[in-house]
Amino acid sequence: MSVLIIAESENNALKRNAAEVASYGVALAAKLNTSCAAINFHAANAAELGQYGISKVTHSTNVQKSFDANAYANAIAAYAPKNNVTHIIVSSSADAKFLAPLLAAKLNAGYAPNVVALPEELSPLTVKRTAFTNKAFVHTQLLATCNIIGVGNNAFGVIENAVDCTVEEVDAENVTSNLEQVSIEKVAGKATIADADVVVSGGRGLKGPENWHLIEDLAEVLNAATACSKPVSDMGWRSHDEHVGQTGKPVSTNLYIAIGISGAIQHLAGVNSSKVKVVINNDPEAPFFKAADYGVVGDAFEVVPELTKKLKAFKALG
Amino acid sequence: MNILVCISHVPDTTSKINFTENNTVFDSGGVQFVINPNDEFGLTRAIWLKEKQGAQVHVVHVGTSKSDPTLRKCLAIGADKAYRIDTPAVDGSSVAKELAAFVKTNSYDLIIAGRESIDYNGGMVPGMLAALLDIPFVPNCVGLEVDGTTAVAEREIDGGREKLKGSLPMVIGGQKGLVEETDLRIPNMRGIMQARQKPFEVVPAQQVEAISEDMKFEKPAPKAEVKLVPADDLDQLIELLHKEANVL
Repeated sequence: MSVLIIAESENNALKRNAAEVASYGVALAAKLNTSCAAINFHAANAAELGQYGISKVTHSTNVQKSFDANAYANAIAAYAPKNNVTHIIVSSSADAKFLAPLLAAKLNAGYAPNVVALPEELSPLTVKRTAFTNKAFVHTQLLATCNIIGVGNNAFGVIENAVDCTVEEVDAENVTSNLEQVSIEKVAGKATIADADVVVSGGRGLKGPENWHLIEDLAEVLNAATACSKPVSDMGWRSHDEHVGQTGKPVSTNLYIAIGISGAIQHLAGVNSSKVKVVINNDPEAPFFKAADYGVVGDAFEVVPELTKKLKAFKALG
Repeated sequence: MNILVCISHVPDTTSKINFTENNTVFDSGGVQFVINPNDEFGLTRAIWLKEKQGAQVHVVHVGTSKSDPTLRKCLAIGADKAYRIDTPAVDGSSVAKELAAFVKTNSYDLIIAGRESIDYNGGMVPGMLAALLDIPFVPNCVGLEVDGTTAVAEREIDGGREKLKGSLPMVIGGQKGLVEETDLRIPNMRGIMQARQKPFEVVPAQQVEAISEDMKFEKPAPKAEVKLVPADDLDQLIELLHKEANVL
């Protein structure tokens, strides 16, 4: 029995979510009284996983640099049985959700994504995960010999626990690919909805795309990602990769600020697992006030610039 | 070209979610079931491909006769044939294995499923199906062009997009962006009448064993009342976010 975490990397460095996945894996291994190792492709700083209690990283660079789900899944499916891996921990990133089902089928492993806590039972392995797009939780038993747990973004947190970490260079086996990358576009230097600590989101109350500087200015001060409601994306004010909600992206961030969004049930479902929700809306009857932690009833065109100004001053004080 | 679209039957997005039998069973009382929205984007793209490039569009579902109205709707908006694999859907793995067995006996060039179902949000069936069939898979798909025996599919990644090319057959996990909301079709009377004549086949299941089981549901704890801050005292909001919520 052993725990393996899949530590993601990008541009030859560990992704931010690797710290949370490592923390979860190490905590689970302690409960199981076993060890937790990591597997990583291409991160030059893989040894930094030692900060979160990982003492051994299997590191392979003989795979394509850009994320290749099928090749990675093949490599991990070859590695896991040889190393007696019984629990595999992944994140909830787009790449992890691409890789995990492929890996699960190759290993005939059980898989539960969007898990919010350490397993409540170890045998049979039982985890709590979100379902019905955050309108509920479900307790799921994973019954295979090897099972994959997908940790929800920000659901477990990061636990610092520094140990010595050995990085072992290994050629990954069986790294066949069945897709060819034609192109990749990625906004550089901007926080994304998936990994930002703060998300600032705008709705129809902003009246038009020309007013989005209000959202962007506030987001900049908070180093936040920008998002929008479904009507805003449907009307083409913003591109639909910013649409958060039931049919858009889920948001589980530390702070979610909704501006001019009334709070339709589908929107609330998509943002519900965010820790702290702030709503700014001129309609005190907006349903979002029932789901939020803090609220300001007021005109976004006055409140938001003022809040941006005050936050700038607050941040400047450090 | 033969296209297979995998359909989930899910509670409508506006549904209130409740459970019965000591929180072990989803309460479907008063809940309207629909085609899973992510699957509907995929089905609409399949129908579009049929109209532009010529294709046969089949839909398949793993479930009981309770889902038949959902499959009839797929026929009414343009699918040519519906199959229902006759067993309750228990977990992603068993559904993927049922679908893989079905696909092996029927040849398809393109298999489209939704990114995830909006009920259990597992997002595992399309990827597992592709791995079981050992064919390429593109999830979170927001663009799809088919040219002869290859397809170029675009997937949404965190903060951007990636375009991938592979040979057919291929599995796609569709979502909004594959077509727009305004492209979705509402069945008209002619479509509904035609759907009655279209073939609808119930296929016996393989009876695959599930490897995970949902034991119990739970609703989130009720939310504490919102704290309202006056619009002219935003310093108080910053103070609360900083000291009380600890998020600044």
